Amino acid sequence: MKRRDFFRTSMPVLLPAMIPGISLRAMTSSFLRPMRDEGTDHVLVLIQLNGGNDGLNTVIPLQYYDAYHSARSNIAIQEDKVLRLEGFDGTGLNPAMPELQQLFNAGKLTIIQGVSYPQPNFSHFRATDIWLTGADAGQMLPTGWAGRYLDREYPHFPQDYPNMQMPDPLAIQVGSLVSPALQGPALTMGMAISNPTSFYDLIGDKAAPISDSRAGDQLAYIREMAVKTDQYAGVIKKAAQKVTKQSDKYPAAGKNPLADQLKIVARLVAGGLQTRIYLVSIGGFDTHAKQTDATDTSTGVHGKLLGKLSEAINAFQDDLTYLQVSDRVVGMTFSEFGRRIQSNASGGTDHGAAAPVFVFGDGVKPGIVGENPVWPSKLTVNDNLAMQYDFRAIYSTFLEKWFRTDQAATEEVLLRKFAALPLIS
Amino acid sequence: MTNPTPVTTGVKRYKGEWKYAQVAHLLRRTMFGAKMEDVDHFLRQSPKRAVRELLKPDYPLPPPPINNYNDDKYVDPEIPTGADWTVSLTYNGMNGGRRQNSFRSWWFGLMAGQDRSIREKMVLFWHNHFVTEMKTVDNALYSYRYNTLLRKYALGNFKELARAVTSDPAMLKYLNGYANTKKAPDENYGRELQELFTVGKGPGSHYTEADVKAAARVLTGYTIDYKTHTASFDPNRHDQGDKQFSAFYDNHVIKGMKGKEAEAEVDELMELIFSREEVSAFICRKLYRFFVYHTIDETTEKEVIKPLATLFRKKKYEIAPVLEELLCSRHFFDAGNDGSMIKSPVDLTVGLCREFGLSFPNAEDCEEQYGLWEQVRNQAAALQQNIGDPPNVAGWQAYYQEPEYDKLWISSDTLPKRNQFTDKMVNGGFGRNGKRVGIDPVVFASALPHPEDPDQLIADSVRVLYAVALPPEELQFMKTSILLSGLVGMASDHYWTNAWVAYHDKPDDKANRNTVNSKLKNLYRHLMDLPEYQLM
Repeated sequence: MKRRDFFRTSMPVLLPAMIPGISLRAMTSSFLRPMRDEGTDHVLVLIQLNGGNDGLNTVIPLQYYDAYHSARSNIAIQEDKVLRLEGFDGTGLNPAMPELQQLFNAGKLTIIQGVSYPQPNFSHFRATDIWLTGADAGQMLPTGWAGRYLDREYPHFPQDYPNMQMPDPLAIQVGSLVSPALQGPALTMGMAISNPTSFYDLIGDKAAPISDSRAGDQLAYIREMAVKTDQYAGVIKKAAQKVTKQSDKYPAAGKNPLADQLKIVARLVAGGLQTRIYLVSIGGFDTHAKQTDATDTSTGVHGKLLGKLSEAINAFQDDLTYLQVSDRVVGMTFSEFGRRIQSNASGGTDHGAAAPVFVFGDGVKPGIVGENPVWPSKLTVNDNLAMQYDFRAIYSTFLEKWFRTDQAATEEVLLRKFAALPLIS
Repeated sequence: MTNPTPVTTGVKRYKGEWKYAQVAHLLRRTMFGAKMEDVDHFLRQSPKRAVRELLKPDYPLPPPPINNYNDDKYVDPEIPTGADWTVSLTYNGMNGGRRQNSFRSWWFGLMAGQDRSIREKMVLFWHNHFVTEMKTVDNALYSYRYNTLLRKYALGNFKELARAVTSDPAMLKYLNGYANTKKAPDENYGRELQELFTVGKGPGSHYTEADVKAAARVLTGYTIDYKTHTASFDPNRHDQGDKQFSAFYDNHVIKGMKGKEAEAEVDELMELIFSREEVSAFICRKLYRFFVYHTIDETTEKEVIKPLATLFRKKKYEIAPVLEELLCSRHFFDAGNDGSMIKSPVDLTVGLCREFGLSFPNAEDCEEQYGLWEQVRNQAAALQQNIGDPPNVAGWQAYYQEPEYDKLWISSDTLPKRNQFTDKMVNGGFGRNGKRVGIDPVVFASALPHPEDPDQLIADSVRVLYAVALPPEELQFMKTSILLSGLVGMASDHYWTNAWVAYHDKPDDKANRNTVNSKLKNLYRHLMDLPEYQLM
């Protein structure tokens, strides 16, 4: 059989290589591009909360507590249990998030109120596409917002990559298939480590469970070949192996999927990968029913999810500090939509519109951007929170202030001008 | 390499479960891919009846390949577009390569459009056994006729096939039989006839170099008539001396003969070779490796090969009874053999076309039909299995090379290409003059029993496309990450259901179709990119 070195050929085609749960798409060449000296060692971590996070029970408008309580008395968090934020008496956090309260008080967390877009869509699938592609409500975009950015920064991907200037994946998705946010004009700009187990398989921490059957033997061989074939497997493994100790604030593996994913991100960043964007996600936010405990609204399904979010971000932030890379990383949380102002009779909330976004990291400008939400006194079940900021204004801020992209380029990526917000210090 | 758990069952008749998995296993091994409707068809029968139907010998031979090759550089003056070129006796630099391409594409089309029969798989088996290489034979008509011979005997008598191959023009040309004369004996065919085609090199084979020489002398005299493209026996070129064989052949002497009758020496040689028990064992091992698993341990030799070989001899080298015994056996259906083979490139490419129910253009659009057959066939060729041209006289290494065997199909070159091929088929496939062959994931999903239920959609897709089960976490991952865009929990399933029902109720609505189509594309790309998809 011919055993040509595949990666020395230069075919302008997609090259997927598969490790169980890991898909990489990349090519090689000697093409070099001049390196930007600013912003290119900055990393952005996007945390997607799948299902539509209930913003009103995440960031509670203490300022209008009565209105808040009457709109959703069956799930409203008890006023005295809401976590207080230093310097912002009118706003508090869900009691499940003491770590985020601390981060906020330490100046490492910023809250942006009322994030949405005009004519919000209430379908999970469509709304998710809008957030990931950076589209208007009525616009279908074939590319993702981060994919457009990376395509602009790293032209001729994947044919000319990896190269001396960018030897590493441009973006890495942990925990699922590559997000549509990373879709470039022709193909995805990212690679996926679809689950933490496959990551530890890749770096050789433990072998994948293989059956001792005839099929298992064949499979083990194909997997081994997939790892060998993989263009980026080597750099990932090398980066991961540079980091032998991480923060002890992470819960045990398998207890908090988001923390497991972020732990990998911290390891790869600290291990020296020049990867610019990481995406992680946690699901379960589609809380149509029983989102809180019926007798104690400070606990329940939604609280547990927020607890995981808070625990994961805190451990991650602690880890970045421990690994001495916290000045290089900022993160943001987002969800395809918020939920309705009024709760429903099942103790849950239906699909809504605007919701708060968290931005965290050493490099953020602390505080709250925007106002506590207000709504008409005669509230109906169909009323939604008004938009204060377009979600693309946050993307725009990251591009301009964190990645130091110039204004024209930012406009090109986001297809329109969005004024930057005061998020980055 | 590790040593997987042995499979110890023998050739006793299989009496176990007869469900989708077992039928699909039978079809993946005996056809190319297991098509849903074929599985359903055989599910209604007993294992024995299913195997008998697959072994039915009476399918008519297909119509021959046609002229699909006129282009701006060449228009065949003799054979009009769409007409059978195998009636032509003129082969030259202009039509030669074009007709060879036409033949190869035609053959690929026969596999892709196969009947519910093992025949096309057996043609590939014989092609890999009685190897000829088109690039050496270098004549489309020879290759077509040779292929037809293999198809005619696919389920017939092995001894008769071996005899027919021996004086076939393609084989005479490939192994220099046409140049084997009493003045200049050429041992090529005499050697391979024994080493590769009949007694083999197994533990029970002890033929000698003297036997190679003796056989070569028996075989002297064949020529090819380049006007009619037929073989004939020329007594003037035949060695009329006696041929002495070794102790392995009981010191048999083939008495030298004269005149036209001397061709009977070749028949006697066949009788001599086929009187050795090792012939039956050799072929049964080869069938086992082709249909069941690459390695034959002591237990398999004793419990499977030996009884099959005995039956083979008892049935005077009829192939069908041996295949029936093997394919109806407990050993064949032993769960330990599920997914134990790596798909050959032909299994991968033809199997995908069939499992997704892809249809190639009809005969009236022969240019597009042949063109698309060729494009998919080229994929198999790029994956190192170019039908018509095995790498050497021993066939493709994956079928014989110890200890890797079919693992050789997977390399750092071919694995990414396999993924690219399946990705491309999902992303729209191949096109020619406006005709396309590619996967429509919505059509495929619609044929499943419950496409609206995300769990069932995934479970059924895996059942149809995979020879092995996937871990539950992987199934869950596909549902959540792909079909539900990250939404989790039982309560979220209806988002997929709603999307599917919305499409189903208003299939012309572009947005509805777009939603299910993009998710299903992701699903099927992912499914076929997993290593498990390479198993059969």
